[in-house]
Amino acid sequence: MDRKILDGGDIKRILVRMAHEVIEVNRGAKDVVVIGIRTRGVYLAQRLAKIMEEIEGVQIPVGSLDINLYRDDFQTRAEQPVVGRTEIPFDVLEKIVILVDDVLFSGRTVRAALDEIIDFGRPKAIQLAVLVDRGHRELPIRADYIGKRLSTSRHQEVIVKVREEDGVDEVILSEGVEA
Amino acid sequence: MGREHLLGIEGMPAERIKLILDTAESFKEVLERPIRKVPTLRGVSVANLFFEPSTRTRVSFELAEKRLSAELVNVSAASSSVLKGETLKDTARNIEAMKVDIVVIRHSAPGAPHFLARCLESSVINAGDGAHEHPTQALLDLLTLRERFGELKGLRVVIVGDITYSRVARSNIWGLKRMGASVALCGPPTLMPLRVEGMGVEVYHNLDQALQGADVIYVLRLQLERQKEGLLPSLREYTNQWGITAQRLTKLKQKFIIMHPGPLNRGIEITPEVADGPYSVILDQVTNGVAVRMAILYLLSGGKVEG
Repeated sequence: MDRKILDGGDIKRILVRMAHEVIEVNRGAKDVVVIGIRTRGVYLAQRLAKIMEEIEGVQIPVGSLDINLYRDDFQTRAEQPVVGRTEIPFDVLEKIVILVDDVLFSGRTVRAALDEIIDFGRPKAIQLAVLVDRGHRELPIRADYIGKRLSTSRHQEVIVKVREEDGVDEVILSEGVEA
Repeated sequence: MGREHLLGIEGMPAERIKLILDTAESFKEVLERPIRKVPTLRGVSVANLFFEPSTRTRVSFELAEKRLSAELVNVSAASSSVLKGETLKDTARNIEAMKVDIVVIRHSAPGAPHFLARCLESSVINAGDGAHEHPTQALLDLLTLRERFGELKGLRVVIVGDITYSRVARSNIWGLKRMGASVALCGPPTLMPLRVEGMGVEVYHNLDQALQGADVIYVLRLQLERQKEGLLPSLREYTNQWGITAQRLTKLKQKFIIMHPGPLNRGIEITPEVADGPYSVILDQVTNGVAVRMAILYLLSGGKVEG
């Protein structure tokens, strides 16, 4: 059975709270840039940056990251995933990068994203913001800003929908297929 | 499920061509990064077997492999045991015994890559086989065209020169037709294959007529050996009749671009002012070559484990 965990209003409130947290931790938004992980992390990153801009009255650059070229499992996959574009139209050198993804699970995507960002330059810091942390980490990685912590079992699926891509903002916990 | 290969454009579905071009577009961005290298093909070994001279294609493959972090070895005919009489199959099998995942081959014999694909476990990429096919060239040309025009459908492409001996022409005809472009060929009758109309192309023997309404003028390299073979009276006559010169182009009313697969015979099939002129995209083709080859290496490297 599928269970709705967050609706559009919840997601909006989470992003507003996160924006305040980011600004509080970094004492403003100076030198802050936001990079979203494709696909849904990018939309969340854009919204987060927009809210921060409204609060602080500064321009916040937003980039997008496709981590497929940095995956650690490509040699065991039957088919290569389609590679999207990475767009970081600014210098990350000495910037505070807020890395945004929809779901934090094994941590492998974040590991790939960290490696990829560092190939673009040496940021002052990278901080991780996720809408949902569902546990089951396989690497020593944790998020700095968490929308919602969810205890899940491995076979369950967390489905994040965003209106830009799916027409609706919501997070669903699906029972998935028993392994 | 066996390994995938890239042997030719003939018979390649339009969706596959589109996937390769889309992937190549993403790889173009990698080439503009401060570090033009990604770790994707770490642990993948590639052998480049060049049994025929090549600068552009070989360097382009090599850069593509290096930028994807693959390991590579280069074998050229001049420095290998091919000179000692080793057969193609033995050379290849020995390289494979050293655990190579992908073999890139350029060979003067049409079908050499297909032969390798049958006798090896590795993926095989055709980097030009005789007068048969040069699929990576056609794909980089398609990418260049798609960038310029947004889409390939409905483009009118005129290919000028030595059609009979051109693997570039053959691969491009198949690719362009598959993607919905129309293709016209123009060149001396001695260098025009018989019954080529069967490929769904128009044939012209008058260059000025052929160029009317062309969006793309694709100039082929004239192999200078052809004259010795008696197929051309003289190079000068070739240039007069079939050479792409600025005077000829001023007669055209439409907007167009000039392409050439290289290496150029400046002053023979194309004049320097045209090759270096504003409508020339010859260097864009070269840039796109690396991105397209990265895309192909990436797409072929999947499926190591039975899936």
